[in-house]
Amino acid sequence: MDENGATKAAVQAICREHGNDRTRMLDILRDVQRRFGFVSDEAMDEVAEVTGCARIDVESVVSFYAFLSDRPQGRIVIRLCNDVVDELKGMPEVAAAFRRELGIAIGETTSDGFFTLAETPCIGMCDQAPAVLVNDVVVTDLDPDRVRRIVHRLRYNPDPSALVTEVGDGNNGHPLVRAMVRNNVRRAGEVIFSDRMAEAGLQQALRLTPERVIEQVKQSKLCGRGGAGFPTGRKWEFTRAAQGGPKYIICNADEGEPGTFKDRVLLTERPDLLFEGMTIAAYAIGASEGILYLRGEYAYLRRFLEHVLEERRRAGLLGQSILGVDGFDFDIRIQLGAGSYVCGEETALISSCEGQRGDPKNRPPFPAEKGFLGRPTCVNNVETLCKAARILEEGPDWFRQWGTESSAGTKLLSISGDCLRPGIYEVPFGVKLSDVLKLCGARDAGAVLVGGPSGRLVAPADFDERICFEELPTGGAIVVFDSSRDLLRIVSRYLAFFIDESCGHCTPCRVGNVLLKERIDRLRRGQGERSDLEYLERLARTIQATSRCGLGQTSPRLVECTLRDFRSLYEACLGRPDLELRPSFDIRAALRESEALVGRDSVYNWNEQSELPCRTTPSRL
Amino acid sequence: MMETVQEREQRQLNRKPRIATASLAGCFGCHMSVLDLDERILELAELVEFDRSPIDDLKDFTGPVDIGLIEGGCCNEENVRVLREFRKHCRILVSLGDCATMGGVPALRNTLSLQECFREAYCDGPTVYNPTGLIPNDPEIPLLLDRVYPCHEVVRVDYHLPGCPPSAESIWQTLTALLNNRPLDLPYELIKYD
Amino acid sequence: MQNDTVTFVIDQKEVRARRGQTILEAAEQAGVYIPRLCHLKGLTPHGSCRVCTVRVNGRYQAACTYPVADDLVVENDTEELRTLRRDLLEMLLVEGNHFCMFCEKSGHCELQALAYRHSIAAPKYPHLWPRREVDASHPDVLLDRNRCVLCGRCVRVSRDVDGKNVFGFVGRGPHRHLGVNSRRGLGGSDLSADDQAVTVCPVGCLLRKRTAFQVPVGQRRFDRQPIGAEVGAGAGSPQPSESPMQ
Repeated sequence: MDENGATKAAVQAICREHGNDRTRMLDILRDVQRRFGFVSDEAMDEVAEVTGCARIDVESVVSFYAFLSDRPQGRIVIRLCNDVVDELKGMPEVAAAFRRELGIAIGETTSDGFFTLAETPCIGMCDQAPAVLVNDVVVTDLDPDRVRRIVHRLRYNPDPSALVTEVGDGNNGHPLVRAMVRNNVRRAGEVIFSDRMAEAGLQQALRLTPERVIEQVKQSKLCGRGGAGFPTGRKWEFTRAAQGGPKYIICNADEGEPGTFKDRVLLTERPDLLFEGMTIAAYAIGASEGILYLRGEYAYLRRFLEHVLEERRRAGLLGQSILGVDGFDFDIRIQLGAGSYVCGEETALISSCEGQRGDPKNRPPFPAEKGFLGRPTCVNNVETLCKAARILEEGPDWFRQWGTESSAGTKLLSISGDCLRPGIYEVPFGVKLSDVLKLCGARDAGAVLVGGPSGRLVAPADFDERICFEELPTGGAIVVFDSSRDLLRIVSRYLAFFIDESCGHCTPCRVGNVLLKERIDRLRRGQGERSDLEYLERLARTIQATSRCGLGQTSPRLVECTLRDFRSLYEACLGRPDLELRPSFDIRAALRESEALVGRDSVYNWNEQSELPCRTTPSRL
Repeated sequence: MMETVQEREQRQLNRKPRIATASLAGCFGCHMSVLDLDERILELAELVEFDRSPIDDLKDFTGPVDIGLIEGGCCNEENVRVLREFRKHCRILVSLGDCATMGGVPALRNTLSLQECFREAYCDGPTVYNPTGLIPNDPEIPLLLDRVYPCHEVVRVDYHLPGCPPSAESIWQTLTALLNNRPLDLPYELIKYD
Repeated sequence: MQNDTVTFVIDQKEVRARRGQTILEAAEQAGVYIPRLCHLKGLTPHGSCRVCTVRVNGRYQAACTYPVADDLVVENDTEELRTLRRDLLEMLLVEGNHFCMFCEKSGHCELQALAYRHSIAAPKYPHLWPRREVDASHPDVLLDRNRCVLCGRCVRVSRDVDGKNVFGFVGRGPHRHLGVNSRRGLGGSDLSADDQAVTVCPVGCLLRKRTAFQVPVGQRRFDRQPIGAEVGAGAGSPQPSESPMQ
């Protein structure tokens, strides 16, 4: 068989494994990528042919996900986490070491086709940064010395899992995980990390009617823990009430908000609690199928989680007639993502589960009415589902003993940045940010990012505000920046993140964020004008007001809150107060290329001070 | 005899408003559109006096000017120098036409690097004969900027009048509004990008 | 049984509509024009350009995707929304490479017409000058991505009307662009010059070859009348708010 024929046969086999089902496109393409190191033109044609869709639909999906590529990648792909926290913790030196050792730049592949060096946004390891992914293997706490050893070892043994010589704590050492990742649980609170009776919540739920289960969750005032904070009980109620079926419960484990890593620890240490929560939700809404959407960066947890699911099936906690309840049939599959932040948005997540690009969908209709494959679907965050299980076990009143009026219960925080004890903290809602900073040993905090880049950069004057939906909402990310950090650089870096991760569907997000970053960077070069501040405010407002999904509706928040709370930083960037000549126009920079190509300097003495330049040599004309 | 302050103020009040024009990286089409005013050009000559402009061939400013009309964007350092001179001398500066407001046809090169442009123009183009492969570098040839800039990215510009060229009617309405301190509010038919 | 008619208010005007209609459709039927670019009657709404953003009971929504319901209060022709729309149009103008002065769609272009209607003399944003591919491989149709606004009309029409699936979106974020269902470009696809997909392009991105400049200046679609003037009797050009030329 020729090479082309062999490719075809292999692609066909992969498609067959996934039932030639186009809604499993993401799984098919992930497997093709793994098998060939890229998704070739031939492979795209074949996948289209076999799954019965247009080639452009396949290309569309391949081009969307960062972990899929239409050009050959190295056998080992090293993805450097380019998150802001990693940068603070020494990623620039680590990246330089990788470039030096491999002799290639970011985005390139070595000539022997062995290594590819790439960048990737937050991989959920901020508490052990700088970190990289070597294929699926997480390597944490890097420094240039370790980089040299790692590259050497990989050349000697191309199996990245051999890099893990010492495993992390808890289930990170499980034979099916074997990761060097550490949990860093610094404060084990009462709801998530306390000892408990396994499956007590599920048993209790099955004693109640589904309506009563929903009632319990509503009484607990549990709100979504992913960041948006929608009341969970109401979401379940809407999905239960929706016409049609089958219905779906999807767990959103696409933890992508930079600085958030609490779901990773839940998936590692409390998978049973999560699946219990999903099963309770399924019972409550009447779902027969569940999907755990696991972000591609956490692929190292997949085999372990599959194993936990298998154990549950064996124990009668999944499958037909769960715990002997006639007619309650429910099972869970894992859908692996492929590198896309926007897939954490619930409708984008549904698109992704359907095997499409992770473009969010137009709302209404909401997923509760028309979600996965057009059917009623409930999407909940990992932590939300874990808490729901505990609420069924202990009762809504028990849960409400923590928190504030509108923010019941506890919250898992993932804290990183300039602090002595980065890691996971379970705290009651309503805790003051200043107390959190004390807990984690923040040093000389000059600003704290609460809720990640789509949240708020809090100034010291506001450190006494409380972590709760009413004051400082957060999906869990707390990033501490000490007073030496360049906040406008940080804002610019996060804008770059949003630009990269926008799906590009709607105008304000696709174009507006690029324009925001252009102007912030202009200011950072000292070329700003006072009018730029108003320009930024208006642009931020337009993007927020008109964007289709949460990404664009929140991406300008850091610009907005820093313009308000750190205004002096902007003021310091304003160029000459002279409004006649644009400070942003840099004639010297504009001429540089020309001078190099022509091989002579300008005949004018361009300089900042004189408005009108003089010729340095008289004209012959 | 020395002029008194009052006399000078009176003379300045009486004097006609002055207009200057220039074509930077443009094709002079916008200037042609000014001439398209036809018989109203006589009326305009009654209303204003032309200072530095190709219309009267005056090469330098004689003093402060009320309205400067700039055709073309900035593609080279000479354009930047002239534009700065205009900004310095003109009370009101108007970007006249698409090239001034957004770069226009010369800005087609903005999606390419300068090196690619030079190679095409002086080395690899199908009609080029240049065995030495040299790129012209005579000091009398102004250096090109890395890209073509609309005027308002180089200096502050007060008004934009798009069009390729803007119609004589829109130029007339713009000038008469500015000369009479009326707000510039062109009707739908007169805002055109072509 | 649910009543089939709903009543809502748009710009202080009470409007009756059929349940299931979008705000944009219902408003248009009642003679109220809501500016839009990506939407085209009869197609599944796309909700991408966001030019039709209105306020529904105070919240921003795209009128082309939002269904009517009783008691909605919709703001449309307000200073604030005109400003937002102007910003969006300016974003589109600087995002692509729009050279109206030689574009054969000029005068018939909906982006240009919307910019005229919103009195945009020059965008306040810097031009991004992206490098985009032109595909001239098809004998009868030109695809110039420099002018694409990613409205998805061709994608939807090719799929839903022509039944061909010639187009799709490739890439994400600022790199999102129009892709073609063939390795060899448009010429390798089964697009025909008669396909509806070619004619629905609101800008000059998809053009039939050898048909340019057939209508003289002055008689083109938007030379005399603003876009949307055909909706309702009284809908003329809007009052400009910011001094338009400044």
